[in-house]
Amino acid sequence: MTEQFPILIIIAPLFGAILIALLGFRHQSLCLPTVLGSLAISCAAAVGTFLKVLEQGTVLYNLSGWERVTTPRGLFSVSIEYRVDAISGLVLVAIAAVGLLNAIYSKVHVVTETPNKVPHYYILYLLLVAGLAGMTITNDAFNLYVLIEISSLSSYALIAIGSRRAVLASFNYLIMGTIGASFYLLGVGYLYIKTGTLNMTDIHAALVTLPKDSPSIQVALILILIGLWIKMAFFPLHGWLPNAYAYSPTATSTLMGPLVTKVMIYVMIRMMLSLFGAEYVFDHLQWTNIIVGLSVIAIVAGSLFALSRSDLRKMLTYLIVAEVGYMVGGAWLANSIGMTGAIYHILSDAMMTFTLFMVVGIIITRTGKTELTAFQGLFRKMPITMTGFTIAALSMIGLPPTCGFFSKYYLVRGGIEAGQWAYVGALLFSSLINAVIFFRLIEMAYFHGGKAYGEEITDKDHEHHHSRGRDLDAQPDETLEQVPWSMLAPMLMAAASLLAIGIFNRPIAGWINAALETLNLAQGG
Amino acid sequence: MDVFLDFLIAKFNYWIYVILMMIGLFAMIAKNNLIKKLVGMCIFQTAIILFYVSIGVKEDARIPILTGHEVPHGGHYHTEDHERPYIDAKTVTNPIPHVLMLTAIVVGVSTLGVALAIAQKVHLHYDSLEEDEILAKVQLGNND
Repeated sequence: MTEQFPILIIIAPLFGAILIALLGFRHQSLCLPTVLGSLAISCAAAVGTFLKVLEQGTVLYNLSGWERVTTPRGLFSVSIEYRVDAISGLVLVAIAAVGLLNAIYSKVHVVTETPNKVPHYYILYLLLVAGLAGMTITNDAFNLYVLIEISSLSSYALIAIGSRRAVLASFNYLIMGTIGASFYLLGVGYLYIKTGTLNMTDIHAALVTLPKDSPSIQVALILILIGLWIKMAFFPLHGWLPNAYAYSPTATSTLMGPLVTKVMIYVMIRMMLSLFGAEYVFDHLQWTNIIVGLSVIAIVAGSLFALSRSDLRKMLTYLIVAEVGYMVGGAWLANSIGMTGAIYHILSDAMMTFTLFMVVGIIITRTGKTELTAFQGLFRKMPITMTGFTIAALSMIGLPPTCGFFSKYYLVRGGIEAGQWAYVGALLFSSLINAVIFFRLIEMAYFHGGKAYGEEITDKDHEHHHSRGRDLDAQPDETLEQVPWSMLAPMLMAAASLLAIGIFNRPIAGWINAALETLNLAQGG
Repeated sequence: MDVFLDFLIAKFNYWIYVILMMIGLFAMIAKNNLIKKLVGMCIFQTAIILFYVSIGVKEDARIPILTGHEVPHGGHYHTEDHERPYIDAKTVTNPIPHVLMLTAIVVGVSTLGVALAIAQKVHLHYDSLEEDEILAKVQLGNND
């Protein structure tokens, strides 16, 4: 049974989607239990696979049981292969957990925001989770393309299901996303010409024997990188992201915001380390300065855009753009500390943005406002939600013991070691901007109780009496506090995971490091 | 000149795919009409499919279907065994890129389907398929 865990991670949501397509339209009450059940199976299988990886190293799984065949050139894969190491294991657990928690969280949102489309919504939701998990687990370059398109197609529809603006944003995302995926496919074509295989391990084994200065391999790398950068919204190519995430339904943004860009970054790291190989990408090409430079621009620009936005979700989307810069830069620092930081940040950023998007979703639905001013006086009215928000905000700023501190710690150390001072500076600058953004919100939530309507407050009692009830158009505080536990519990669990990932940073970084050593990225560490 | 012509003709499949791809990319980025953008997307994807199909083709090669008693082999011919003749891999086209493109065609068709559905919704909401008109309406909506 345990050897079937890797496929269960993908198959469970896939069959869940089919089941909803068959039954969900007639029995709408079956939709949510099916989603929760299949994602719970997926989550358990991901945890099981990860534990197995910790126990016995990399897990390989051949689809439909086709074993590798022996040829004069060595073992050769004939089927699609799944490969889980400690890094992809961690990412898989994060994907399945976010998918499951978000399904619980968005129970109410889905019914209220897309009333007539509940089964449609859940089918696409499960397909998106299956596609993302598949991208992380697969060891086949072409299969990766198909899974990118599965997740992208479902995300286009998940965005377009939202408001008027979301439809237009989704169209732009579709155009950009298709360009990105097609560039990736083209790059894989060049690799196929050079190596005659699509299995990533086999491609790497063949590339090592080929002359290193072959232009087609370089073209392949450039095409794949550009394709993935479009998909992960790396700064100059980020145009599709802010509108798509800001106007989509709440449940879509809470699922896509944390996962899609992060999984793409994982795919890029996978391409760099296990397909092209660290010795080719870092030692032979020497592109570190260029790409880390680009990431510096991404970090600074993303942070400044975030600072200038007054719409809550727009601000968060630009923070994602900045965080993508962190991870791309960390991955290209060409040392193992930077790479550890980038991978650790994939986890912590997924959980941070997840928490923030959930908090913002709660606030927008409860107050009806999408502006930053929605935060005014919220601490008194929504203490539980604001606790989660504060933890996530401290993590975004990078204060210990939250995970945001430790990922920045690794990234900064990697930057210092590589001598990339601009990158270190950009990280600190971005932390500063995050501090400005989030302390402003926390301050508003704590102290600006009665200023929502511009009234002057003379004494404390006065403020106390008037701030209650006035802020929200005579809506009594009690109703505001009545956020269902189905929303609060996942949000608090995500916030707790920020602390947990931070406190257990040593073992997590240890696992990542051990996996990186098998990929020949131990030098300089 | 001759060297250049040789260079062009020897790699003509790549030239054609690059030209088609650029046409498609231009239409996707520069065209104002959403449907024209999608036509560009189709050209773009078809160019990549052509690229893949052309890399599987070999000169004077037959289709990759073996009759019952033939056995594929990468190296030299084994003529002793007339019952089960070995087929040199050089004499059959490579079917794998073609099979991959079957999947890519399916992906392309479904992308186009989703895109057309979204374009239809855009038309429903904004009553237009011209990007500049839609953006003007979006601006208008933001102001009031």
